[in-house]
Amino acid sequence: MGLLAMFRSKPATANIAKERLRIIVAQERGGRGGPDYLPLLRRELLQVIHKYVNVDPEAVQINLEREAGHEVLEFSIALPEKPGA
Amino acid sequence: MTEIIVVTSGKGGVGKTTTSASMACGLARRGKRVAVIDFDIGLRNLDLIMGCERRVVYDFVNVINGDCTLKQALIKDKRIETLYVLAASQTRDKDALTEEGVRKVLDQLIADGFDYILCDSPAGIEKGAHLAMYFADRAVVVVNPEVSSVRDSDRILGLLSSKTQRSSNGNGGVKEHLLLTRYNPRRVANGEMMSVGDIKEILGLDVIGVVPESPDVLAASNAGVPVILNDDSTAAEAYSDAVARLLGEELPLRFLEEPKRGFFARMFGG
Repeated sequence: MGLLAMFRSKPATANIAKERLRIIVAQERGGRGGPDYLPLLRRELLQVIHKYVNVDPEAVQINLEREAGHEVLEFSIALPEKPGA
Repeated sequence: MTEIIVVTSGKGGVGKTTTSASMACGLARRGKRVAVIDFDIGLRNLDLIMGCERRVVYDFVNVINGDCTLKQALIKDKRIETLYVLAASQTRDKDALTEEGVRKVLDQLIADGFDYILCDSPAGIEKGAHLAMYFADRAVVVVNPEVSSVRDSDRILGLLSSKTQRSSNGNGGVKEHLLLTRYNPRRVANGEMMSVGDIKEILGLDVIGVVPESPDVLAASNAGVPVILNDDSTAAEAYSDAVARLLGEELPLRFLEEPKRGFFARMFGG
């Protein structure tokens, strides 16, 4: 870095970009390859659960795993510590 | 053996057509028979970058529809013997390109003995982009060191690995390469721009070239002479290196650091 550049204090935003991309790319890759209805299924499932328990939208995880010859759709829903609270 | 290479990116304006034109010239300059096809139906531009816009009589869609022969539509480059351009149609008909039509044209080019077919993809993930990548053996994914370009190119990587002929018939998939354009080593050094290492890490791709940001690129498109043909340009050297790597040569990446400027250049802003 040149002497002048040291006085011009521009924030180093490249690291922020890298970190944001790392997260969003990982997230988008996770949802890839599954059936197109997965996001809708997730939303509707969340609505149904909401009728009984107040869960955080982030608490519903859908995983699609491919094994030889078949696929496993796995739902994991983290319930709040006190149901209904 | 013909190799079909798609030049793609997702995002627009990152340098797909510039890259297609320069890599086609670079391959042809090394004696390969090359056809470069504009898949951007309705927004033809490769002809301008190649400098043959006034010689377009028939286009890609004309060949598909049987209005002319492929030979009539291929525009022979005036600078390099073995280079041919197939222009996009300016039609507004979205369904002008069909999988069968594209396959027919590619099969004919293969039968004619072309070594390389470069498919210049339109931006986006619609039909034109889909068909440009569908038959590809390899993909050159053009990326700018900028968040939206990187994210969009990752989306394209997803499509390359699921929505192409090679991905569905178990032929080992499409071989993917990363080509960074508009790279500014000074801004990278100042921490204002992601580095080639950062982007390589995020996308997990091998890097086939890093083209430094250069005023020569605009000058080249102004003149209709692909930038690779400008002997005094670092962008041209970077593209030549990328072509060599595509042909299997192992070369270190160049122009990743700001050139040291002499005393006078610093004083007088050279």
